[in-house]
Amino acid sequence: MSGPVSPALPTRATTEEATPGAPRRPRTRWGDRLLFGYTWLILLWLFAPIAVMIAFGFNDTRSKSNVTWQGFTLKWWGRLGEYPDLTTAVLNSIGIGLLATLITTVLGTLLGIALGRYRFRGQGPTNLIMFAAISSPELVMGASLLSLFVSLGVQTGFATIVLAHVLFSVSFVAVTVRARVVGMDGSIEEAARDLGASTWVTFWRVTFPMILPGVVSGALLAFALSIDDFVITQFTSGATITFPLWIYGAVRIGVPPQVNILGTLIFAVGVVIAVVNTVTSRRRV
Amino acid sequence: MRRKIVPYLLILPGGLWLLIFLVVPLVYMASVSTMEGDVVNGFLQTFHFANYGQTLAAYKTQFLRSVVYGLAGTILTIVLAYPMAYWIAFKGGARKSTYLLLVLLPFFVSFVLRTVSWKFLLADDGILLAPLKDLGLLPQDFHILATTVAVIGGLTYNYLPFMVLPIYVALERVDPRVVEASQDLYATRAQSFAKIVLPLSLPGVFAGVLMTFVPMTSDYVNASILGGPANTMIGNIIQTEYLVNNDYPAGAALSFTLMAVMLIGIFVYAKALGTENVLEAAAR
Repeated sequence: MSGPVSPALPTRATTEEATPGAPRRPRTRWGDRLLFGYTWLILLWLFAPIAVMIAFGFNDTRSKSNVTWQGFTLKWWGRLGEYPDLTTAVLNSIGIGLLATLITTVLGTLLGIALGRYRFRGQGPTNLIMFAAISSPELVMGASLLSLFVSLGVQTGFATIVLAHVLFSVSFVAVTVRARVVGMDGSIEEAARDLGASTWVTFWRVTFPMILPGVVSGALLAFALSIDDFVITQFTSGATITFPLWIYGAVRIGVPPQVNILGTLIFAVGVVIAVVNTVTSRRRV
Repeated sequence: MRRKIVPYLLILPGGLWLLIFLVVPLVYMASVSTMEGDVVNGFLQTFHFANYGQTLAAYKTQFLRSVVYGLAGTILTIVLAYPMAYWIAFKGGARKSTYLLLVLLPFFVSFVLRTVSWKFLLADDGILLAPLKDLGLLPQDFHILATTVAVIGGLTYNYLPFMVLPIYVALERVDPRVVEASQDLYATRAQSFAKIVLPLSLPGVFAGVLMTFVPMTSDYVNASILGGPANTMIGNIIQTEYLVNNDYPAGAALSFTLMAVMLIGIFVYAKALGTENVLEAAAR
C-alpha cells in the first residue's frame, strides 16, 4: 500500500492540515479540554479526603472531636505515642502485613507459574476457586471463617488475621505473576538449558529474574490489601486490634489527630514505594 | 513423568490454602444457616430452614435498600469513571501511567480512614457546610451526614478506581487505527464512538461492575460511618448478628441470601451482555 496509492487516500491528519477552518476541529479541542478538566475534577474529588486527613493532623483542636478547624499546630506530632493501644494497633497492622505478604507472595508466585506455564488437569477448577476468592464479598468470607473458627475452638487473633489476609490476596498475586509468565519469551530458558544449565539453575538465574517485576508488584499489592483491610479483619481479629479497627472503634467518641498523622505517614511511605516501583519497572521494560 | 507432577506441586500450597479456608468455611456456613442454637450452648443441626424465611421477612427493607444502593453506586461509578478512563486511554499520552498512579494513590490511605475523612468534610459544622451556612446559602439545619446521599456518595467514592481501571484497560486495547478508519469512512465522532469504541469497551465495564456491585451491596462501613439509622444496609445487620448478637445461624442465612441475590443479579446481567464477555472479564 505504498507509492502512488497513498496520496489518493489522505489520512485524517493530512485532512485536518488541509482544512484548518473545518468546523470539526475546534469542537474536538473543546471536547478534549472538557474531558481534561473533568479528569482533574475527579482526581480532586479522590484526593479531597486525603487532604483533609493530612490537614487535620495539624489542627489545634482542644476537644477529642477533630472536626472543625481551630488553627495550625505541630503539637500532635510530638504526642504521637499518646495512645499506647493505637501504637500497638499500627504495629500489629505492619506485622500482619509483612507476614501475610511473605506467605502470599510465595504461594501466589507458585500458583502463577503453574497456571502460566503448564497445561494440566485441574487448571479449570483452580482458576474457578481463585476467581471465587477474588469476587466473594469479604463480609461472607469473614463470617464463614468466624463460624468455622468458633466451632473448632480456634482462638481468633493475630494468626487468624494473617491466615485470612493470605486467603483474599493470594489470587491477586497469582494473576499478576501469571501475566508476567505468559508474556515471557520461553526461548531464553531453552537457550540456558542448551548451554547446560540445570532446571534449578535455569529457574534462579533466568526465569526468576524475568518474572521478578510481577512478583514485586504482586507483593506490594498484597501488602497494600492487608494493611487497608477492615471487613475480614473485623471478623477474624478476636481481641487483636489493627489500625483500621482502632479508627472504626474511635469514630463514635471522636478520632484524635494522631490517627491523621499516622495515616499521613503510612500514605507517604506508600507513595514513595509506589513511585519507586513505577520508575524502576519502567526502566526494566 | 517428573514434569507431570511439577504443576501440581506448584499449586498444592496455594490451592490447599484456598480450599481449606475458602471452600470449607463456605460449605460449613451453609450448614450453620440451618442450625439452631447459640455460641454459648453450641449449635445443633436441625435443618431449620425457617432461618431463611424469618430473617428475610425481618430484614427485607435492608436487603432491598442494599441492592438499590449497590445499583445506584455502580451506575454512578460507571458515569463518573468512563469519561476519565476514556481521556487517560486516548489523550493521556506519555503521562498515562502517572494518571493511573494518581487514581490509585488514595488507596494508600486506609479505606476506613478515608471514609472518616468524608465524615469530617461533610459534618454539620465541618469545613464544607459551616461556611455555606454562615453565608446564609444553606439553611442552618441542612445536613448531608446520615442521609442516603452520604452513603451512596461514600460507596461511589470508595469503589471508583475499581471501575476506572478495567474500563481503562479495555479502552487502551482499542486500536486507534480502527477509529481513524471509521472516520475516513465519514462516520461522525459520535457515530464512531457509539459503534466502535463503546462496544469494544463493554467487557471493561462488565469487569468493573463485577468489581463494584458485589462489594458495594455487601458494604457496611460506609453506612455505619456516613449513614444514620435510616440507611442501615444488610451488611450492618449481618455484622451485628455475628459480632454483637452471636446469632450465627441468622447471620449465615442472611449471608447466603445475600450471596444468592448477587449471583442471580450477576447471572441476569451476564445473560443480557452475552456469556463471551463474562468469560473474558472472568479470565482477567
